[in-house]
Amino acid sequence: MKTGFSRAAVLSVVVLVFCGALLLNQKVNAAGEGKISGTVKLDGTAPHMKGIDMSKDPYCSKAHATDPAHLENVVVGQGGGLENVVLYISEGLSGSALTEVPTQVAVFDQKNCVYTPHVLAMDVNQKFKVTTSDQTTHNIHPNPNPMTGNIPWNQSQPPGASPVEKSWKATEVIPVQCNIHPWMHGWFVVIKGPYATTDASGNYTINNVPPGSYTVTAWQEEYNTQTQKVTVAAGGTGSANFTFKAK
Amino acid sequence: MRTRLGKWSLLLPAAALLALPGISSAQLTQQDLAQKLTAESHVANMTGHAKSAAADYRRYCVGCHGELGDGNGENAVWLDPKPRNFQLGVFKCRSTPTGTLPTDSDLFDSIGRGFDRSNMPIWNTLTKQQRVDLVAWIKHFSPRWANEKSGDPITIPPEPEVTPERIKAGREVFARVQCWKCHGVAGQANGPSASTLTDDLGRPILPYNFTEGSRPKCGDTDKDIYRIFMTGLDGTPMPSFADNIKPEEAWDLVFYLRTFMAQPSKEKAMAKQLGLKPVDPNAPAGQQ
Repeated sequence: MKTGFSRAAVLSVVVLVFCGALLLNQKVNAAGEGKISGTVKLDGTAPHMKGIDMSKDPYCSKAHATDPAHLENVVVGQGGGLENVVLYISEGLSGSALTEVPTQVAVFDQKNCVYTPHVLAMDVNQKFKVTTSDQTTHNIHPNPNPMTGNIPWNQSQPPGASPVEKSWKATEVIPVQCNIHPWMHGWFVVIKGPYATTDASGNYTINNVPPGSYTVTAWQEEYNTQTQKVTVAAGGTGSANFTFKAK
Repeated sequence: MRTRLGKWSLLLPAAALLALPGISSAQLTQQDLAQKLTAESHVANMTGHAKSAAADYRRYCVGCHGELGDGNGENAVWLDPKPRNFQLGVFKCRSTPTGTLPTDSDLFDSIGRGFDRSNMPIWNTLTKQQRVDLVAWIKHFSPRWANEKSGDPITIPPEPEVTPERIKAGREVFARVQCWKCHGVAGQANGPSASTLTDDLGRPILPYNFTEGSRPKCGDTDKDIYRIFMTGLDGTPMPSFADNIKPEEAWDLVFYLRTFMAQPSKEKAMAKQLGLKPVDPNAPAGQQ
């Protein structure tokens, strides 16, 4: 019985060391990083985005006197390109490519009583700051599920307030809102590894992708997610185009 | 015996790897909770033990807060505001900054104080020891206490003497940080944003009406009121103003808020003498 147990114990150590070696091995891949790029489009007629009545706060309605604000759940640009879609690698990453945190601070601004950008993607533990450019009080109130490890908080930002700097501990799509201006609604998309967000034409490029085979996921707030398999050669560019169907 | 042990030790590393990707957001089960019965609480010189509170929780709390502490007791459907979901570890009344766990004393105080304008009664009929044990029991519901410590209580400077100048300064703070957006210019809970407020569960919620004579949810001493706007009421639209109101200004604001309240007070008398008018939402900054 004793030998049986110790044999099993040795085996399990070997398994652990092997897995550890696999993880460490990925660091070597830092050189020859490639990209994944493509376009995200909407197929069909874009849903009508309602105008926002900001009359509750004269500061806000004045700011939009000549340029009325609309909801931003689905923003379609030229040629059907979808803006604000977050693309990230959901499978195939390991080692430092997965755990490395960008040093760049992501910025979420409150300007003219809307969030800019409407969707802010960031890495787990990446710093982000919430700034205000407005002469009216906002409260910045993200509402994650505390069971994931991300804790909800709620801070005021009166005119001229200094930025609120924070980070998130776990991957999650977190809604954020201002209770004072109930139309202000946006998203923090917290992921692990390299990511990108589509521009006004629906184009994106995920940089710093080590060579390998991956599953890329595209997230859109109304249309949920789609995935695709992509292979990236050393220093090369993998391509993945997505099309969401209008409901 | 030999084969069983052997199999298990092989599975261990695999299980460890599987557990890495993250905590699942699944609801806790009775089994998960049974393992956490060692939870303790410390209030002043008393120590509470979760195990000792099992019978009390079953008798006094389970009807609303539920067997699993998820706020889904059998009475929950009839209640508004809803009973607290202890699994989330998010609490309104804290002495700690927004986004942090409350201290054991904060929870102890909440149990003994009850919540005005809700269905949570004052539980000071229970002995202090029973209440301290219940705090440990509440903590055993949320995994947050296993991974995080309570926040550090905010520092509250000693309360200065009330003066007419301080009340006027408090009025300026009220205007500057725009408390009136929800609470209204006269504290009547009728600000422009009052009607659309929702809590973290998406349920409609009202701002506090200072004028109707009810007690603020997290206590009615000057210190309690100071704490409410400097920590925020997590889970509700009330944010923390800690970054935007200086400690000495915070006392001024407490004095100004007192002038709205129905109960007679020094502050109310002073405001009357000063002939203070409600703030003007349309006045330019600093010109109230």
